[in-house]
Amino acid sequence: MLLQFKQEEEFFMDPQRCIGCHACEMACAECETNGQTPMVSVDYVDRYYTPQTSVQICMHCEDPACAKVCPADAIQKDEFGIVHSANTARCISCSNCVYACPFGVPKKAEPMQLMIKCNMCYDRTSVGKKPMCATVCPSGALWYGTREKMRELRPNSTPVNTFRFGKQSVKTKVNVMMPKGSTELVVD
Amino acid sequence: MAKLSSSEEALTTQFGPHLNYPPREGYPGRDEPDKIVETHCCFCGMQCGIKLLVKANKVVGFEPWEEFPFNEGRLCPKGVQRYLQNNHPDRLLHPLERAEGTGFQRTDWEHALSRTVSEIQRIQSQYGPDAFAMLSGVSLTNEKSYLVGKFARIALKTRNLDYNGRLCMVSAGAGNKKAFGLDRGSNNYSDLKHAEVVMICGTNVSETFPTLTHWLWQARDNGAKLIVVDPRLTPIARTADLHLPIRPGRDSALYGAILHQLVKHDWLDHEFIDNCTSGFDETAAAVKDYDLDWAERVTGISKEKIMRAAEWWGRAKTSFLMHARGIEHHSKGVENVISCINLVLATGRIGKPYCGYATITGQGNGQGGREHGHKCDQLPGNRDIENPEHRRYISEVWGIDEKELPGKGLTAYELMQAIHRGEIKGLISICFNPVVSLPNNNMIREAVEKLEFYCAIDFFLNETAHYADIVFPGSLHEEEEGTVTTAEGRVTRIRQAVTPPGEARTDTEILLELARRLGAGKHFSFGTSEDIFNELRVASKGGTADYFGITYEKIEKNMGVFWPCPSLDHPGTPRLWEDRKFKTPDGKAHFNAVSYRDPGEVTDAEYPVILTTGRVVSQYLSGTQTRRIGRLVDQYPEPLLEIHPKLAAQYGITDREIVRVVSRRGSAEFPAQLVETIREDTVFVPYHWAGKKSINQLTSGHLDPVSKIPEFKVSAVRLEPLGKRAPLPKQDSLQPSGGSPGHPSPKPPPVHELAQAPKESAP
Repeated sequence: MLLQFKQEEEFFMDPQRCIGCHACEMACAECETNGQTPMVSVDYVDRYYTPQTSVQICMHCEDPACAKVCPADAIQKDEFGIVHSANTARCISCSNCVYACPFGVPKKAEPMQLMIKCNMCYDRTSVGKKPMCATVCPSGALWYGTREKMRELRPNSTPVNTFRFGKQSVKTKVNVMMPKGSTELVVD
Repeated sequence: MAKLSSSEEALTTQFGPHLNYPPREGYPGRDEPDKIVETHCCFCGMQCGIKLLVKANKVVGFEPWEEFPFNEGRLCPKGVQRYLQNNHPDRLLHPLERAEGTGFQRTDWEHALSRTVSEIQRIQSQYGPDAFAMLSGVSLTNEKSYLVGKFARIALKTRNLDYNGRLCMVSAGAGNKKAFGLDRGSNNYSDLKHAEVVMICGTNVSETFPTLTHWLWQARDNGAKLIVVDPRLTPIARTADLHLPIRPGRDSALYGAILHQLVKHDWLDHEFIDNCTSGFDETAAAVKDYDLDWAERVTGISKEKIMRAAEWWGRAKTSFLMHARGIEHHSKGVENVISCINLVLATGRIGKPYCGYATITGQGNGQGGREHGHKCDQLPGNRDIENPEHRRYISEVWGIDEKELPGKGLTAYELMQAIHRGEIKGLISICFNPVVSLPNNNMIREAVEKLEFYCAIDFFLNETAHYADIVFPGSLHEEEEGTVTTAEGRVTRIRQAVTPPGEARTDTEILLELARRLGAGKHFSFGTSEDIFNELRVASKGGTADYFGITYEKIEKNMGVFWPCPSLDHPGTPRLWEDRKFKTPDGKAHFNAVSYRDPGEVTDAEYPVILTTGRVVSQYLSGTQTRRIGRLVDQYPEPLLEIHPKLAAQYGITDREIVRVVSRRGSAEFPAQLVETIREDTVFVPYHWAGKKSINQLTSGHLDPVSKIPEFKVSAVRLEPLGKRAPLPKQDSLQPSGGSPGHPSPKPPPVHELAQAPKESAP
């Protein structure tokens, strides 16, 4: 088997299924590229009212705002649609990407003052493995595989990758699972 | 052995818990491991498959094991971090001996072993063989569980052996034996896939068995309705189709009321009831008065919800009912279990595809460990120590005269009470931390202080071992070969990834050496773990938990084998009861009538609030392992008092205010966490912590009359707000902003440098 990026496999998120266990964060932090810092975040929505948590990974936008606002051209999208973490040689630590991302993904890592974000476990996905977070997620809130398999597994859900923020529409590589028949997720 | 030899603080400084974080760049050699070992997680009963990466005899990381059929790579945070128990600064590396005033001093194996043996002999000759007791646990493999049972009966010659499954599986075991004549989940989880209704009772699946969540969602994706019975809106209850927020201690009232509706609406499988069961009429008669009004009053659940649950359950063609400690940790644990089983039997939905019933075993080897004889009333194969035929068979396998085989001993809590009364003078423990995990633990601590001699085998110095005279450094899960039996009844292989570090030895070696020195060597001539398993196979043959047809090779080839597996050509039994031949004497499944009664302690004017306890996702049991792993501690650093805002308002309690919680047995202070996700009459505190943070100072010693499980889930307490806010826990160090990424590795001095070896062995 040729070890390469499997273009037929996609990332599917279903935040509703998140049980707040943080296995994804801890597994992500194991990656030496991140230096023990997770690139995925899990947070309570409001613990007073509910145990609901929300998980956020980089959505890998088709036209990534983070890359567009980067004055140093440090953020690149590759041929597979992966939006990579800032090139450390170019990043000038301006935080434009941190403010621009509609999903709140990029972080400025102290003390290096460099932007870091999820690159969909490029070290794993580029050799045909699944991203670590989606491999360990015990509830299926994060899942990686083919669209066909996902359809078979979750017949009542539809993957959506169009998000509307006000008048702006953002298309992403990562899908969010919505009730069957949905076509977009309206955020505002 | 009297009071602690040093202060708790000093012992904690020396022996931890210290927090282990991996270095920022990961452990050296992780990218080029010497070997990748396919084994299992060391924590809960799911026993998820995991690959450990080994470099230079150290576990340096993990990889998901996607081929293992139960979890397919999925893990919870404990599983992800489980490798950090290896290579840990708190690891015990050599034997220790109590040193007055200074804690412990290093000693050598010869002295530790000879002193232990001479103390055992002294105590037993002075007070009788049963005055020396043993406590064990079901994080141990099947081999070690079997070995402990044999060791206690033949080498120690004591009847007083029990195990921490007494705090875990015994209510389910007793209930299953009454109903089915056999103690195992009736189905594996693949029967969840197309169940129309899934009812989970008293089980916080997403925090205690997170990888089971996938299986529940799989059922729901195929259209299943999920019913969750829990006093709290847990993460799994949040997404359920129906959440029944039951008042703690009223479980059998709910299931009795549902049975009442099944009978009333004739949602019954008469063919199954008539041909395959006994006791239905008495059981139905016992619930004839349990109408919806009564049930609403007793359980605190609206009658509409109870009716909806009954109707969903009653009308379904397929279903799966699961329960766990939430209904089992009660003075009515067995009654709660059989009241659930009655619902399964009444609808005849068992022994068929997508018709399931199972308790969700809590501990790693909670299933296998409760079958092979380190329980006070049990012999291997889940045999009964008081059954003459069973005694005869095991005596033959062990090559002893049946008269030499001790009888039934005391259960764990009763055993501690006997120590407290001065009837038991000596104790050896392995894999059990009763000072944290047993209820009413002020009494437990007093009991341990009265022991004339106490010897502990462990890999970290747990809080009970603080009281030990001799500590043997034993082995971690990844340091020995063996098998465990998962919650599904699947016997799986545990692999030795590394050998014990320093002077530590495997638990097996320690027990075998003690047996030899106690003069029982000829019965303990095992060379390998597989030798022990092969004797276990023979000892279990013909018992209900029959492993005879299971071999290491067969397990490895099939990624697990489900018992019963009575012969080498038998494929194992993933689903029980397909033949409708139950293991009861009459071959039928037994209904058991349950009349509701109140829990052991009910609220009153002095103690007006119900306290219930449980777990959080990032910690495990008494925390001996998980309170030492950095990120698991960061996620939930301290026990909090979950309280509903309306109850809090009655006392003027605000968020993070420190509240003293007081029961008849003790008190402790916790920061309040105001949440609308708990009943207004109930507060919750998780139990993983020791000392002043231990909620088990408050819990009661009310025991189930049959299973002797303590009633952890219901105590009556009062609340005393102290008017002080607890300092906020340090910022979640998982977050990259606001601090340096990664963690400095704490470097406490290694234990062996702190405690100097005596120049010579004591005589």
